[in-house]
Amino acid sequence: MATDADSTRPLSQRAASQGHYDLPDADGHFGPYGGTFVPETLVYALDELREAYERFREDPEFLAELDADLRDYVGRPSALYHAKRWSRELGGAQIYLKREDLNHTGAHKVNNTIGQALLARRMGKTRIIAETGAGQHGVATATVAARLGLECVVYMGEVDVARQEANVYRMRLLGAEVVPVKSGSRTLKDAMNEAMRDWVTNIDNTFYIIGTVAGPHPYPAMVRDFQTVIGREARAQMLERTGRLPDALVACVGGGSNAIGLFHPFLGDTSVAIYGVEAGGEGIATGRHAAPLCAGTPGVLHGNRTYLMEDADGQIIETHSISAGLDYPGVGPEHAWLKDCGRVSYDAVTDAEVIDAFHHLTRTEGIIPALESSHALAYVQKIAPGMRADQSILVNLSGRGDKDMHTVAKLDGLTL
Amino acid sequence: MSRISTRFEQLRAAHRTALIPFITAGDPRPETTVELMHAMVAAGADLIELGVPFSDPIADGPVIQRATERALARGVSLSDVLEMVRQFRERDADTPVVAMGYLNPIEVMGYGRFARAAAAAGLDGALIVDVPPEEGHELVQVLRTESVDLVYLLAPTSTERRISRIGEVASGFVYYVSVKGVTGAANLDVDEVAAKVETIRARIPLPVGVGFGIKDGETAARVAAVADAVIVGSAIVKQIEALAETPEAIAPTIGDFIAELRGAIDAADAAANRPEQVTS
Repeated sequence: MATDADSTRPLSQRAASQGHYDLPDADGHFGPYGGTFVPETLVYALDELREAYERFREDPEFLAELDADLRDYVGRPSALYHAKRWSRELGGAQIYLKREDLNHTGAHKVNNTIGQALLARRMGKTRIIAETGAGQHGVATATVAARLGLECVVYMGEVDVARQEANVYRMRLLGAEVVPVKSGSRTLKDAMNEAMRDWVTNIDNTFYIIGTVAGPHPYPAMVRDFQTVIGREARAQMLERTGRLPDALVACVGGGSNAIGLFHPFLGDTSVAIYGVEAGGEGIATGRHAAPLCAGTPGVLHGNRTYLMEDADGQIIETHSISAGLDYPGVGPEHAWLKDCGRVSYDAVTDAEVIDAFHHLTRTEGIIPALESSHALAYVQKIAPGMRADQSILVNLSGRGDKDMHTVAKLDGLTL
Repeated sequence: MSRISTRFEQLRAAHRTALIPFITAGDPRPETTVELMHAMVAAGADLIELGVPFSDPIADGPVIQRATERALARGVSLSDVLEMVRQFRERDADTPVVAMGYLNPIEVMGYGRFARAAAAAGLDGALIVDVPPEEGHELVQVLRTESVDLVYLLAPTSTERRISRIGEVASGFVYYVSVKGVTGAANLDVDEVAAKVETIRARIPLPVGVGFGIKDGETAARVAAVADAVIVGSAIVKQIEALAETPEAIAPTIGDFIAELRGAIDAADAAANRPEQVTS
């Protein structure tokens, strides 16, 4: 398995894909994107984090502990599943699902929180903070904090607290304090603002676990490195199962951590087409969406330069998506770069297409996907029929749909 | 010499510490800002810091966040802020004005366009909170070309090496953030501030302003004893918030508060300048 073969290699090399791609540069830039756009009050904390990360990602003891946790606590490697019936119904390419939904806590998020929490402990930090939108990253953070006995505070927009009650309760069960954020649009971006404010205030004992490949350097690279276990496993599994690489990769993109985790080890495989799928909401033309790569413009938010949903005055505008986990006005800077250089194609699907794909997979394969992951599935429904039966698509099924029952039921006129 | 440097030269010659009030432009309404700026100058402000509203102000505490939201609700943009500066300049050619804000509105306007518009409006400096020297090369160049000073923050966690690095690019003055935290944060430790200000002075040949956590005449006086400028933001903005529904009361009320701060700082300066035998 990929994990075993990798256990002797430092994270920096595990993350590097085949070929010559070695971004970001020393200052965290992916071409014009990324960087460290932060107030001076955060510079010291980021320097400290960068130094620690650069040291521990080469440290065999740290890597052995990380690998053991991914195996015994998360349940890795996650399965690769050939969705034969769904493939047949779509009448084209063979579809393979990378089952991140089977991880502990039900999504890919834990791959990253495990890594950052182990780093926090080695840095001697006793307090963990995080932002969360749908609550998945908050749950994954509260989970690892509970296990390591670290104090945990999760910032969550007041609007999200109200619509994700079950996850709020879950985090509290795990011993985390959930702080509703009442500023701005009271959603994910504001939760991130508040977490940064907490961090500058409590720098001495606090580690900020960012949940996606955004934020200032080194977060986009570090979170990516922790998530590339997805693509490394999947690449080896595809080769073992089918004897060749997939023809296409598909993953949903909010901040973009599950997508970069799958894509990165394939970037040098030029025969593999790569598709990132953003939240088209009610349709790009309506303006009610969360698709900065498809319909946004470059700007600076949360410490990095990337594509943003913003108005003509440079104010960040509110987003809309049926899935709270994609409801973010920015996107990881590496995706911005991969869009500009053309290696990855980004597109969007609408809420209606997402719900259709959600039902389709559930009925044909007995797998209930998260609404975030259903964006990737909706895109597969578009491209698979145009491909041959001897071609294959590898999709990241980044999370399970249990958390979305109330949202889907509501569309059916039911209250759970 | 820039308006900021001239002002600090005058103050130094008179053995006085600068008082720098901060308000968010357009809070609570766009039409109150210019009048308030004049009232603050009349009451003893030496330089004015004007907050440019941004939707995601990560370095600001709740008081200034709410001010930002009030201004944004009225649609106040970076262009509007520059227009306010231009109007202020019609009646005040001497008091320096520094815009304090975040990069994205400038990024969207374009660096060159911003620098030219700022200079044309009579803006003297910009403190762009989320642009450290490493990310600011291009911005530093265009602002220098237009003679707009670039003011930088320094924090309690800034290392000596870091302070020197910022000294290479800063102009006008530097702004020392007196506490670990966001604007409007709690108590500051004047002894710690004094020690850090000395460290900064040894590395940067610019006046050092101190802000964050200065609430009243008493804290202003204590900071005045160690700094070249006392910066007061949240304590002012909180009073503006309380008067948001009666905007006509804002200029006189804030004027009184500025006068109180001015009096306390002047008393501290006088005590510091008194001959040896009187203080002993």
